[in-house]
Amino acid sequence: MIDLATTPTSAVIDHDAGFATTRFDALLHWAQKYSLFQYPFVTACCGMEFMSTMSPRFDLARFGAEAPRFSPRQSDVLWVVGTISQRQAPTLRRIYEQMMDPKWVIAFGTCASSGGFYDNYATVPGIDKIIRCDIYVPGCPPRPEAVLDGLMLLQDKIARGDRTAGVVKPRVDPVTALPGLRDGPDAPAEVTVEGVLDGDAP
Amino acid sequence: MSKLALDMLRTRFGADILETHDAHGDETAVVTPSLWKDVCQYLRTDPALDFDMLVDLCAVDYPARAGAGQRLEVVLHLYSIKKRHRLRLKARVGDATLLGADVDSLCDVWPGANWFEREVYDMSGVTFRGHPDLRRILLYPEFVGHPLLKDYPAQRTQPLVDYRSEAEAGVPLEKLAPFHDDEGMPFDRRGLVHPDPTSLEPS
Repeated sequence: MIDLATTPTSAVIDHDAGFATTRFDALLHWAQKYSLFQYPFVTACCGMEFMSTMSPRFDLARFGAEAPRFSPRQSDVLWVVGTISQRQAPTLRRIYEQMMDPKWVIAFGTCASSGGFYDNYATVPGIDKIIRCDIYVPGCPPRPEAVLDGLMLLQDKIARGDRTAGVVKPRVDPVTALPGLRDGPDAPAEVTVEGVLDGDAP
Repeated sequence: MSKLALDMLRTRFGADILETHDAHGDETAVVTPSLWKDVCQYLRTDPALDFDMLVDLCAVDYPARAGAGQRLEVVLHLYSIKKRHRLRLKARVGDATLLGADVDSLCDVWPGANWFEREVYDMSGVTFRGHPDLRRILLYPEFVGHPLLKDYPAQRTQPLVDYRSEAEAGVPLEKLAPFHDDEGMPFDRRGLVHPDPTSLEPS
C-alpha cells in the first residue's frame, strides 16, 4: 500500500486491479499543466525567438501550450516577451488583472526579467515590479531550448500546486518520479537497437 | 556646388548668419533664432537651393553655454533631392531654466517637421511657436521634465503604475548586480523613484 500523503507522484498504478488511483488535486494540476492557453504580450525583438519557439522546428505544441488566445479572459499563461516601457506598464497590469485565475506569468528574456541594459527613465526594471511573475527565462533573446525549459519549469510548478512568485526549483524527471511504470513487475522489456535490427521486434 | 548654400545665405542674411563651417562638402550655418523660419523659408523656396527634404531635427544640450542664453542647440538637417546637396542649420536658444528656449515652428515650410518638433519638445524642452499640436509624442503627459537634458538624473524614473512592495511580492525585488559597484550599471533603481515629480522643474 502506498501512502498517498507522502507519495510525490501524480498517479498510482495498481497492477493487479487494472486501474489507477490518484488525488483529485494532482489530477487537476496534471490537466492544467497540459492545457495552457497562452496570451503573448510581445513588445520587442524577443518576439522573433518566441515565433521560432512556436513554430514546428521547436514546437511548443508538444507541451500542450499551442493555443494562443488574444483575449486575456480565455488565457492561462501570460508571456511577457520583450521590453516593457513605463508607458506600457498600465496596459500590462490591466491585461494581467483581466486574466482569470488560475493564471501564470513567464518573463521572456532579460528585458522583461530585469529591464536588461535599458537602465533609464523609460523602461520598467523588470515586470515583477508591477505584476507577479512565475518564471524568468534569461537571454537576449533566449534560445528556444531555454524557453522550453522555462515552460517545463512552469509545468512543474503547476504540478506541485506551487503559487510562489518567482521561485523555481530544480526539475524532477516525471518518469523517474513515477514508481510502477518503470520498476513494477509488469515493466516493459527494454527494446534494444540490436533487437530491432535482428527483426525480432513486432 | 561647394559652399553655394553658405554663400547665398551670407549674401541674403549678412550678419544674421552667426557662424559657418565647411568641411568636405559638409556645410553648417548657425543663424539668429529670431530668423529661424525666414531662413528656412528661403532655403525651401529659392530655386537654386531648393531644399525639399527635411532629413532630421533634434536638439543638443550644452549646459556650459547656459549663461549666454545658448543652452540648447536646435539642429536641422536638410537635403535637396533635385540638386543633391545638403545643409545643416543650427540655432542656439534658452538659458539654464529653459527661458527663451523657443523657435518658430517649421510645419508650414515642411509638413514633416510636425512630429520632429513634438519629439524635440518632449525630449529637450524646446517650444515651437505656431506648432499646431505641440504635446509629448514619445513619453506620457504625466511625465515631468525633459529626459535628454543633461541635468535630468540618468537613473530617475517616473512610473505610471506604482511598483509593488516586497511585502506584496513575497520575494526580494532587488536584482543581484552582475558587476561590482564601480562598473556597469546600477541595479537599485527602485529606491530612486522621485517622491514628488512636481519638484522636477528644470534648474
